[in-house]
Amino acid sequence: MSSESDSGQAYWKANVRLIRNCLIVWAFVSFGLGILFRPLLTSIKIGGSDLGFWFAQQGSIYVFLFLIFFYAWRMNAMDKKYGVEE
Amino acid sequence: MDLKTLTYIVVGASFALYIGIAIWARAGSTSEFYAAGRGVHPVTNGMATAADWMSAASFISMAGIIAFNGYGASLYLMGWTGGYVLLAMLLAPYLRKFGKYTVPEFIGDRFYSQTARIVAVICLIVASITYVIGQMKGVGVAFSRFLEVDASTGLLIGTGIVFIYAVLGGMKGITYTQVAQYCVLILAYTVPAIFISLALTGNALPQIGLFSDHVGSGQPLLATLDQVVTDLGFNEYTAQSGDPLSVLNMTLFTLSLMIGTAGLPHVIIRFFTVPKVADARWSAGWALVFIALLYTTAPGVGAMARLNLMNTIQTGEIGAPDGNLAYDERPRWFKSWETTGLLKFEDKNGDGRIQYYNDKNEAFNAKAAEFGWKGNEMVTVDRDIMVLANPEIANLPNWVIALVAAGGLAAALSTAAGLLMAISSAVSHDLIKSIYNPNISEKGELLAARLSMAVAIVIAAYLGLNPPGFAAQVVALAFGIAAASLFPVLMLGIFSKRMNSRGAIAGMLSGLIITVVYIFIYKGWFFIPGTNMLPNNASNWLLGISPEAFGAVGAIINFAVAYFVSNASEAPPREIQELVESIRVPSGAGAAVDH
Repeated sequence: MSSESDSGQAYWKANVRLIRNCLIVWAFVSFGLGILFRPLLTSIKIGGSDLGFWFAQQGSIYVFLFLIFFYAWRMNAMDKKYGVEE
Repeated sequence: MDLKTLTYIVVGASFALYIGIAIWARAGSTSEFYAAGRGVHPVTNGMATAADWMSAASFISMAGIIAFNGYGASLYLMGWTGGYVLLAMLLAPYLRKFGKYTVPEFIGDRFYSQTARIVAVICLIVASITYVIGQMKGVGVAFSRFLEVDASTGLLIGTGIVFIYAVLGGMKGITYTQVAQYCVLILAYTVPAIFISLALTGNALPQIGLFSDHVGSGQPLLATLDQVVTDLGFNEYTAQSGDPLSVLNMTLFTLSLMIGTAGLPHVIIRFFTVPKVADARWSAGWALVFIALLYTTAPGVGAMARLNLMNTIQTGEIGAPDGNLAYDERPRWFKSWETTGLLKFEDKNGDGRIQYYNDKNEAFNAKAAEFGWKGNEMVTVDRDIMVLANPEIANLPNWVIALVAAGGLAAALSTAAGLLMAISSAVSHDLIKSIYNPNISEKGELLAARLSMAVAIVIAAYLGLNPPGFAAQVVALAFGIAAASLFPVLMLGIFSKRMNSRGAIAGMLSGLIITVVYIFIYKGWFFIPGTNMLPNNASNWLLGISPEAFGAVGAIINFAVAYFVSNASEAPPREIQELVESIRVPSGAGAAVDH
């Protein structure tokens, strides 16, 4: 029982760590590149505007997509590793 | 074939398809009615979620908002997609593991409290009903413009269709009609966008066309657009405000939409329909794939529609006597939108030509006076017409215009059905079965669910026909409630074992009340005009935070109150802590389904 609960703890810690890292990227591309840091990056031009504009209207959505699939792939692998898959 | 006949055929065919699906996908049990028997493939569920999520606002209004606000409208693009990251990682897999039917049911069980469950039901019903009114209005507008039927008749036809498949099929019927509706709406959105992008940039993909060179000028499209709009005194399209308070407001607004998206019950319950926890994770990704198809197209549609509109009216050099479109030579789409009142022209200087410029810009007004212009003559340009008029502005064939009508209706109907599902399951499962009559039989509950659905549809139709004056204001309220009350307690219920019922109830109520009061202070108590205590503009807002952006602040208050109250009172019972442990791991979900 206690060993199973230890492994449960480790699984949950690993999950929370993965979520934290994904959400750092999530916030960085949208709030960071798309809004707050845009004035600092105006020298990087993309098709008639700048990097921040591209991230605000296109790039952040692509990164969100990548993050969700990355998380699903990592977690489904982790379910097997810790033996908690359905 | 004329446009009207063609539109009747396309819209009629799409409705016949929805009814055919309804007959095929009848629900025979409560599990089928509430959760489509939990047998929906993750990709199918992703598509249904996309249709469920993308409302009349996404389809009709968003590109128009982008067209007139440029960079500033990015908050909708990021806010309404970024929420899916939160949903996929913080809520969907665990709530699927929990294996019940409604969002209030989770809150009631996790916080071992009927009070918490009832507060959640109230939040759900208020958020969903306010949202549904907007969809009903969208159905009426689409009918009246494209089929030239009276808006009320149109609304009754649309409601009748939803009635058939939602009452008959419940979540099962809704799921498969939403898949069909997604296909209709995404075709209707992307086909005109591809044509327009090809014409303006030579690139078929609007996602790339937006950042390509403009065919006419040889300059990048966005640079051309910036030039065209600033030449007429409008704000630069791609510019960001340098005011720190405005940047803060944009950040919080984006965050509110993200948290609100993740907390809206009609989206969450879609993830109860997939077979496994792993499927819930994939399915959130697929949902965003299908949503992103529209959301990454929208910025291109917005920018290109704006450029087309400006160039249609300013045909030559600014200030030249023949530089502006003569009113008598206005195109057909201009005339048809004038009859709806969404486009209005007023010949202020009596020259028979249309001047469209920013007459709130003092510097440009001086120049305009030299040209003999006496103010902006496009007195009304409703932003909602941009997507609907787009195919006409670009001279696309009639079948494309008919398709756009069917697409607008699909977007409004699919979201309305999803919201009605959330409302009726909360009433039949959380109120009737759980509180009023716990011994109700399976058959009895199924009947109760169908009756609640029917009543919800009738109420929604009534509110659609007699929209309360505040209909346009309420979207802020729906997102504010979802962000400030539902999302934080759902997340804490999963991620904090220590969270108890007192903490959850105190958190929900404080987040909810503070957010709603902040909205009412600027928009009027219960949205009654004239009862607002402060004028609704940036100089009166607290730290420049608009009422629409306040949901994020409400959520932070909810988190803080829940945390402190919970830690200051007793820990939750042992079986609740075990429940939290069980929803954190995927194994054993099969057992949780039977109840």
